[in-house]
Parts: sequence; structure tokens; C-alpha cells
Amino acid sequence: MSAPGQNYLNASTGLRSWLLTTDHKRIGILYAVAVTTFFLLGGIFALLVRTELAAPGETIMGPDTYNQAFTLHGVVMVFLVIIPAIPGILGNFVLPIQIGAKDVAFPRLNLFSWYIFIIGALLALSGWLVIGQVDTGWTFYTPYSSDGSTSVLWLTTAVFIAGFASILTGLNFIVTVHKMRAPGMTWNRLPLFVWAIYATAIVQVLATPVIGITMVLLFLERLMQIGIFDPALGGDPVLFQHFFWFYSHPAVYIMILPAMGIISDLMGTFSRQQVSGYTFIALSSVAIAFLGFLVWGHHMFVAGQSAISSIIFSMLTFLIGIPTGIKVFNWVATMYKGSVSLKTPMLYALMFLFLFTIGGLTGIMVGVLAVDVHLHDTYFIVAHFHYVMMGGALIGLIGGLHYWWPKITGRLYNETLGRIAAVLVFIGFNLTFFTQFIMGSRGMPRRYHDYAGLLEQYPEFTALNLASTAGSYILALGLFMILFYALLSLIRGRKAPANPWGAVTLEWTHTDSIPELHNFEKVPLVTRGPYDFHLADDVFGGRDAVQGTT
Amino acid sequence: MTFTWLMTSLADATQYRAQPSPRMSESSGTLKHYFVSSEQQFDAAKMGMWLFLVTEVLLFSGMFVAYAVYRAWYPEVFALSSELLDWRLGGLNTLVLLASSFTVALSIHFIQKNEKEKTVVLLLLTLLCAAAFMVVKYFEYTGKWSHGIFPGAGFAPHDGYEAYNIAYAPQFFSIYFVMTGIHGVHVLVGMGIFVWIVSRVVRGHFSAAYYTPVELAGLYWHLVDIIWIFLFPLLYLI
Repeated sequence: MSAPGQNYLNASTGLRSWLLTTDHKRIGILYAVAVTTFFLLGGIFALLVRTELAAPGETIMGPDTYNQAFTLHGVVMVFLVIIPAIPGILGNFVLPIQIGAKDVAFPRLNLFSWYIFIIGALLALSGWLVIGQVDTGWTFYTPYSSDGSTSVLWLTTAVFIAGFASILTGLNFIVTVHKMRAPGMTWNRLPLFVWAIYATAIVQVLATPVIGITMVLLFLERLMQIGIFDPALGGDPVLFQHFFWFYSHPAVYIMILPAMGIISDLMGTFSRQQVSGYTFIALSSVAIAFLGFLVWGHHMFVAGQSAISSIIFSMLTFLIGIPTGIKVFNWVATMYKGSVSLKTPMLYALMFLFLFTIGGLTGIMVGVLAVDVHLHDTYFIVAHFHYVMMGGALIGLIGGLHYWWPKITGRLYNETLGRIAAVLVFIGFNLTFFTQFIMGSRGMPRRYHDYAGLLEQYPEFTALNLASTAGSYILALGLFMILFYALLSLIRGRKAPANPWGAVTLEWTHTDSIPELHNFEKVPLVTRGPYDFHLADDVFGGRDAVQGTT
Repeated sequence: MTFTWLMTSLADATQYRAQPSPRMSESSGTLKHYFVSSEQQFDAAKMGMWLFLVTEVLLFSGMFVAYAVYRAWYPEVFALSSELLDWRLGGLNTLVLLASSFTVALSIHFIQKNEKEKTVVLLLLTLLCAAAFMVVKYFEYTGKWSHGIFPGAGFAPHDGYEAYNIAYAPQFFSIYFVMTGIHGVHVLVGMGIFVWIVSRVVRGHFSAAYYTPVELAGLYWHLVDIIWIFLFPLLYLI
């Protein structure tokens, strides 16, 4: 059908062909460019925050500027980076190919989602630059947000709009998975990445409208003083927290579930083995998506919620540990007696396993009522959610980007540089955030620009903060190194074969080195599961062929 | 509400009886390249719309929760304040919306039978009902405003409404204006959609073989109706 040598990258050229594309693969790249830019921005603010804390006293900024810096870091990283990243980039690029479809169910809606995401992002950043800085933290708690800078109006509008991008992406993926699977692609042959994106999409569709209406009500509170959330007018700030966390806790699973899907694929491919407990991993994603809706109150143990609610929320929080544990044990079991190959993506998968387990277990710790009263609003919490959000979600994303890079670009990257960067990221990350666990457990509070007053009792805070800041620089160095060799690979990387990893899912076995415009010449007929290495004659030439060569 | 559900399921039943033939739709050029058949395309579109309606329900659910919380905290204030809303006007609007759900369901029925004139007439009737709803709403709103019943900071009842100048009455009216206001925005959006659909029916874009947008617009309109059916008793009657 298509001319030889033609693929989705060279089928049409020019800026217009990219900005008006409805091809899911190109939209994935549009997301990649946008998210990388915002990640850079959010990262700069993280480094500014860490630099301020490098030494006691005022280092580079005063308390107000500091509040604005961590607010912008949080808003950008949560709403503009982690939430859209994996579904937007890899979900878009990989999911339709993995299920044997030529595109998502609604390609124009898909492009539209990207544009509203960009509009939301620009609104947030321009509001911040032009109108004034928000210092509420990314959670917008009232009364911080109901008085203070009117820039809150811009930011709430931005979150509302960006939320629609998330809803529409989720909606698109749910319909795509239900209606667009190739013949023979039954539900129990879906790659686990697809299962994870599917579970994520359910959360996106069900939870995001609630943050939408919360932002509308907060907007009206700030604009017209409708008195729902502002205590000065008879409103209830705890009600705001309920509304906010009813979305924002499930949103945590919007962030981590897709990364778990990537890790499942990586574990299978780089252990050259059937993923252990396929059905359990697939359904545990759905279980996490479901349970995620029932635990939001654990953010409010000290906010004046009733004791009985707190006890119930605490108990439900523990339950999340079950499906999560199922995943972790199955990943470990997948490697057992497999032919484990420590390529760069697998290094990130192992890193995920290590960091996410720390993040997850400390999550159960802070879900314990009595422990949380002590640890609430300390650096222990900061360390916990960075282990999950960065050590989990972003490390998963980076691993996935390495894994699918040859398919997306048709080029290989330098494996040695990849491994060095992975080691730098690992060291930098742990130095940054493990020290924060120690400080937090000793009472170092979050969201303060200074800790000089604590030094008499805890002199070690100076050294620990300095180590944490040094770690953040090492982490940044590792991340810049990835950016460097990625660009190098684009310019002069070796051409990638169609299946450099010997994986057996459709994007590797049934497309060219760079997929053609409509993915497949013919819609593939699926006859085996996503990790049936022993049945993948098309990849390895069959068992007989292998024996024949020895 | 049972009525609307009945109409929706009626629309469903008739649609399957008049199942579009794939060949017809493929030849008419409405099948996108990434779908295998027009059944697949139709099912996908319809599922997408249902999911969108779920998000709409959740969007409103936030406001219903705010209503429930404040009603549970201040039941006397809410009971007193709701007396200010005219149940006759609310009831009239309920009837108007129910009628519009009926006409839109019938319009889908007729497009499935290729009877385009009847489809257009019924869609125009739907539009008329929607406009009538907004006109009634306009009189209700301005009636409140003229007595100083505003949402939020402007709340200052006067001209005989002084009795409502009590704590937490502003919360009731804020919730009333926000909920009915956002519902009203949905009615306006629906009117825009119907204008677009009518113009496309007139231009001959739809037939028994391809009428997906008509059906989806109908689904959306039923949702707008259902939400009002919850708003009316909660705000006006109890």
C-alpha cells in the first residue's frame, strides 16, 4: 500500500504536518516535546528550592519567593508533567500498535486533547508570569487560595482546562481498547502496558471531572465569594480538602499505574520470559484504580476529619498494599530463572523496583494514623511521594522511553552513556531523597525556606540538607546526560533494526524499524499472548531453528 | 426520569432494528480508514459519548455533594430559602425539558427511517423547548436579582425579601445559581449542537445509513434533561 521506505516520520514534512497531525504516533511525539519542556522548567524550580535549603539561613531567596518556587515546582510537575507524560507520550505511541489498531478511536479528539493541554499549560505559566505568583502549594488549600494573589484564578482555570485533556485522552483509550483490538487480540492477550493504561484511563475519566468542578467552585469563590470553601464567609475549608483529594489521590494512580505497565513489559522482554502472574498483574491495576477512589481521607488525618472516618480511610489505605505487592512479587518472579539482560531500560526497571518499593512501604507507614500525626507535613512525606512519583512514575517513564526509543525514532542510543546516566540518576535520587526520610522522621517540616531555628536540637540537619542538595545536582546531571545522548542519537545514532530487544509484542514483531503511516500493511491476526516467547517463531525462528544452529 | 430512560432505550431498540448496512456507509464515504466496519465506527462513537456523559455526571456530582453537605448542616435555612424559588416556574421548565427529550428521541427515530423533513421539524421543536427553558430561567434569575438575591458577595436581599438576610442563606443561593447556571450553560451548548445538527440534516449529511451525530446529540440532551430532573425537586420542592 505505502511506498517502500515510507514511514510515519517522512510520509509528510513541515511544521504544519506536525501541528495538524491526527496520527497517534506523531501526537505522542508532540506530547514528548511539550512534557520535556515543562519537565525542564519544573526541574529548575526544584533545583532552586534545593539550593535555598543547601545551607541554613536565607541562601538565595526569601520566604515568599520560596513559597512560590515550590508551588510552581509542584503544579508544573504534577499537572503538566507526570499526569500527561506516560499516557500522552507512550500511551499514544505504543497502545494502538500493541493492540493491532491503525489509530486510536478518535484521532481528531486526540489532537484536540493535546491543544487543550497546551492551552492549559500556557495559561498557567502566563498567569504566573504576568498576573502574579501563587504561593498556595500545588494543593490550592483554602483560605490560602481564597485570599492572596488573584493569579489563583488563572491557575485554577488552567488546571480545569488541562483536566479536560486528561479526560479526553482517557476516554479515547478506553474506547480504543474496547473497540479497536485486532482479530485474536483477546483481553488476556493484551500487553500489560495496555492493561495499565486502560486502568489509568478509567481513573482519568471518573476522577478528573471532580477536580474540574472543584476548580470551578474555587474560581467562583475567589471571584464572587460564594462562601462554599472560604471560612471567613461561612464556607468549609475541610470540604475543599475532601473535594481536592477525591481527585488528587486517584490522580496519584493516574501517575503510577502507567509506569507499572511499562515495568511489566520491560520485565518480560529483558528476562526473555513469560511475565509471571499475568492475570494478577492485569487485574491488580484495575483493583488499584478502584481502591484508589476510597482512600482520599488519608491526606486529612490531621485536618479535623472525624476519628471514625480516619480509621476507615487508614484501613482502606492498607488494602492498596495488596494489589501493589502482587505486582512487585510477580516482577521479581518474572526474573527468576529468566535470561536477564541488563540493558539500560532494564536498569530503570530494576531501579523502579527498588525505589518504588521504598516509596510504597513508606506510604503504608504514613497511612498508619498514629505515625502520620508525627510525620504529617514533614520531609518524610516529601521523601515518600518523591520515591513514588519520581522514583516510580518518572523512572518508569524514562525506562519506557529508552525501551521504545528505537521504535519511535528508528535510531539506537549509546548504551554505555545510557548505563552511566542510569547510575548517576540512581545515586543522585537516593542522595536527594533518602536524606529527607531521615530529616523528616526527626521533624524537619516541609514548605519552610529555612531551618536555622532547628539546628540547636538537630545539628545534623545542615549536613543532611547539604547532602540532599548535592544529590539533586547529581540527579540533574544524570538527566541532562540522557537528554544529551538522546539528541546525539537523533543526529548520528546507528539505525535500529525493527526488533532490537527481541521482544514479542506487536509493535516490535509486526511493524518496520520506523512504523509506517497506518502502522500495519494488513491488520495483524494475533495468535499468541504478549509474552509467549516460546511461540514467537517470527522472532527467533522457532525452537527447531535454534537447536539446528548448535 | 423513568420516562427519559424509556425514550433512550426506545432510541436504542429502534437503532438496532434499523442497523446501518456497512456497505451503504462505506460507499457513502463516512467510514474512517482506521475502522474496519461502520458498525465498529458507530459503536466506538456511541461508547465515547456514554463515557463523556459519565464525566458530566461526575462534574455535577461535586455540586450535588456541596448541596447535600450544606443542606445537612443548615436544614432550616435551606428549607426557608427554597421557598423563594417558584415551583410553578420550575415545574413548567421540567415539562418543557421532558417534552424536548421526547421530540429529540423521535427525531432519531425518523432519521433512522430516512424521513428527513420530520427529523428537522422535531429537532426545531427541541430547539424551541430549549429556548423556552432559557426564557423561563431568565425571568427567574432577574426576579431574584431585582430583590438583591445574588450569588456570593453581592447578596443583599431587599424589597420584601429582608427575611432572607440570614447566615448561610447566601450558601443556598450560591449553590442554586452555580448548579442551575452550569446546567443552563449545558442547555445553551445543546442548542448550539442542535443548530449544527439541523443544518447538517438539511444539507443531507445524514440518512438511515449514517446518523451517528444525531444520536449522540440526543444522548447528550437526555443527560441535560436528567440533571434538571434532579435539580428541580432538590432546589424547588424540598
